Amino acid sequence: MDLSYTQEELAFRDEVRTFLEEKLPKDMSDKIRRGEHIGKEGHELWHSILNEKGWLSYGWPKEFGGAEWNAVQRHIFEDECAAAYAPRIVPFGLSMLAPVLQKFGSKAQQDHYLPRILDGTNWWCQGYSEPGAGSDLASLKTRAVRDGDHYVVNGQKTWTTLGQYADWIFCLVRTDPDAKQQEGISFLLIDMNTPGIDVRPIILLDGTPEVNEVFFDNVRVPVENLVGEENKGWTYAKYLLTHERTGIAGVGFSRAGLDAVKRVARQESANGRPLIENPHFAARLAQVEIDLMAMSTTNLRIISQATAGQAPGVESSMLKVKGTIIRQEINDLARRAVGPYAMPFASEAVEGDNDPIGPDYAGPVAAQYFNNRKLSIFGGSNEIQRGIIAKVKMGG
Amino acid sequence: MDFNLTEERQMLQDTLRRFLSERYTTTERNAIIDSDTGLSTEIWGELAELGVIGALFTEDQGGFGGAGFDISTVFEELGRAGVVEPFLDTAILGGGLIAALGNDAQQGFVEDVIGGSLHLALAHGEPASRYDLSRVETTAKADGDDIVIEGRKAVVINAEAAGYLIVSAREGGGPFSLDGISLFLVPAEASGLTMQGYPMMSGGRAAEVTLDNVRVSASARLGAEGAGFQALTDVVARANVALAAEAMGAMESATELTREYLMTRKQFGRPIGTFQALAHRFSDLLIELEQARSAVTNAAGHLDSDDRDRQIAAARNLIARTGRLVAEEAIQMHGGIAMTQEYELAHIAKRIVMTDHRFGDADYHLERFIGLSAA
Ligand SMILES: Cc1cc2nc3c(=O)[nH]c(=O)nc-3n(C[C@H](O)[C@H](O)[C@H](O)COP(=O)(O)OP(=O)(O)OC[C@H]3O[C@@H](n4cnc5c(N)ncnc54)[C@H](O)[C@@H]3O)c2cc1C
Repeated sequence: MDLSYTQEELAFRDEVRTFLEEKLPKDMSDKIRRGEHIGKEGHELWHSILNEKGWLSYGWPKEFGGAEWNAVQRHIFEDECAAAYAPRIVPFGLSMLAPVLQKFGSKAQQDHYLPRILDGTNWWCQGYSEPGAGSDLASLKTRAVRDGDHYVVNGQKTWTTLGQYADWIFCLVRTDPDAKQQEGISFLLIDMNTPGIDVRPIILLDGTPEVNEVFFDNVRVPVENLVGEENKGWTYAKYLLTHERTGIAGVGFSRAGLDAVKRVARQESANGRPLIENPHFAARLAQVEIDLMAMSTTNLRIISQATAGQAPGVESSMLKVKGTIIRQEINDLARRAVGPYAMPFASEAVEGDNDPIGPDYAGPVAAQYFNNRKLSIFGGSNEIQRGIIAKVKMGG
Repeated sequence: MDFNLTEERQMLQDTLRRFLSERYTTTERNAIIDSDTGLSTEIWGELAELGVIGALFTEDQGGFGGAGFDISTVFEELGRAGVVEPFLDTAILGGGLIAALGNDAQQGFVEDVIGGSLHLALAHGEPASRYDLSRVETTAKADGDDIVIEGRKAVVINAEAAGYLIVSAREGGGPFSLDGISLFLVPAEASGLTMQGYPMMSGGRAAEVTLDNVRVSASARLGAEGAGFQALTDVVARANVALAAEAMGAMESATELTREYLMTRKQFGRPIGTFQALAHRFSDLLIELEQARSAVTNAAGHLDSDDRDRQIAAARNLIARTGRLVAEEAIQMHGGIAMTQEYELAHIAKRIVMTDHRFGDADYHLERFIGLSAA
């Protein structure tokens, strides 16, 4: 057993570090560090910087112009990006749609859509969830009916993250209402500019317009926008879920978050001493750090198995549950650390065009605490993940 | 032993609950939060008329209550409805200090508070004071018959609506000493007093207040020179009972909303409450809610006892722990819907969690409890 990276892996890490030092715009990482949003242009800029280096497609196979990094490399990259306060890569096109197209799409679809994901021509959003179909996704009702060389789509998607920026949406739609639930679903690519589509923002509890409702009223979608075969959409959507997800534990985000809390706790004082020396606060901080150290190794253990060709199964679910618990705990510590200055609602500060209220690190912490309650709800809630673990381990 | 509310308090509770459920709907409240002032003067006036503010003062002070259980009865209801209007700031803190310390002339303001025509704000916390009540660096210096105040006050809740700010300032002692803190009634429009106002995470507004060469007459002092700390401690004790009760009321709403949702939301063809993974956790919330209720009862019942501070520290610590659990679990068991601003639970959960940041979080009160228990 050897807990350290190999020489090659270390060299790779240094290469990533150097790249980030040189190419990650300072004002961008400052914004991320302060918990501010960077907007559509910001995300597009970061994508284009990565794409220029050939690293935007780091998870893609070489045949599609990807870097085809192994799991350890991907992990190193994600870790370093988080540590450098690089923006999160928007996953919808790059790591949700692209793998499906690469595996199940037609040659024409691959040739058309994949380059447009990389060069930023298209911004994709994910249209799976519906008001009545959350955890029970297979009960989705949005209907697509064949009419000549079109599908006519009617229904509603919801929780569509950053749908306000998107010009395309990949959707699960029901094409056979009589088949068993999972067997009547198809995977459709829909141009958001098609007549009949209405996008309405949903404001989240921290005040951010992060998600949307998307309504479809007789939306005509060309049949060539069907991915794979009709009524096989569930298989394709499931493929995504079993697709290796090295980033799921969010180790890098947790580490960066923990460092930020420590920085704040050194500056804040309680009873005339630095907060970080307060035994109660220090104990909370230490406990999270201990958990994170162990989870980070769990993550690496699973990653090295994956590199050795063993596909992770329930381990992904385990990492999702533990990873989100740790991240949410860190958000809670950040909120506590700033004391009364957690109370101001800093929507203006988050947008970055107003004087901060109190210390500049205090602005976004309460908002982040509330916003990140989502981590244990989306992407398969923690209850659903626990269900998967139990089912796999106990059969049934 | 009798754990029932007195007839008067029961009536107050019923009246308040009925009024708030009819008038203080989610839509109405969210509109108030979005408004420029962050409060409704109309609702304020109507609640004052119903006696909500009077209930927080004793008969001597011109009210008809003022005991721990009056405070807990009122604030439990305000918490249930997620009320954002500053009853704590104007009545408990501001009105409470004037009632405790004011001379005859100043006592007149209490009447205005009870009648609903005057708002107050306590300008005490400072950028570096966190939850430490004795840390005051703002200074007050005599200049002839005048007093000149210099300093900065942080997160002064309700400052913009207030006719007067009650400003703490040092006339003696070092930054942490208990002696030397004086309190002054400073008109909001006093020259040299500036505010940077902003909305708060869980509704309502506050301001950063700068006092630059603010000149008041010596008659603006509340109580004796340098002797404000005891009165501050006393009103903060009352505020802590109010905050604990308010959070507990909000926890009642959170569990009730969760109960309804678990019974009606269907996934996989059945109500999600039938999944044992959720049912047991819902039961835990109810168990913790009863703990919270009793902690509030302990604190309210000991408000005038020797054991006051320890009981209050216990209640605030327990409420901070169980409140966070209830808020987070209620959101989790709802799923995405609870993440939306317009859904009632989102606001209720924010009220619960943000209570931590007023007069001390779980750790602060744990430390106090340990210290007071050892004494
Ligand atoms: C901020 C945010 C962004 C999102 N972005 C997107 C997006 O871009 N695209 C998209 O398609 N979707 C998105 N989602 C939707 C997300 O995937 C769903 O919220 C999630 O699937 C849960 O569904 P639900 O909210 O309807 O909750 P429900 O499924 O109704 O669940 C409610 C509660 O019941 C629990 N539960 C459900 N079934 C069981 C069971 N069998 N056993 C035990 N407990 C159970 C859940 O865990 C949860 O606690 C987003 C959600 C959020 C909050």
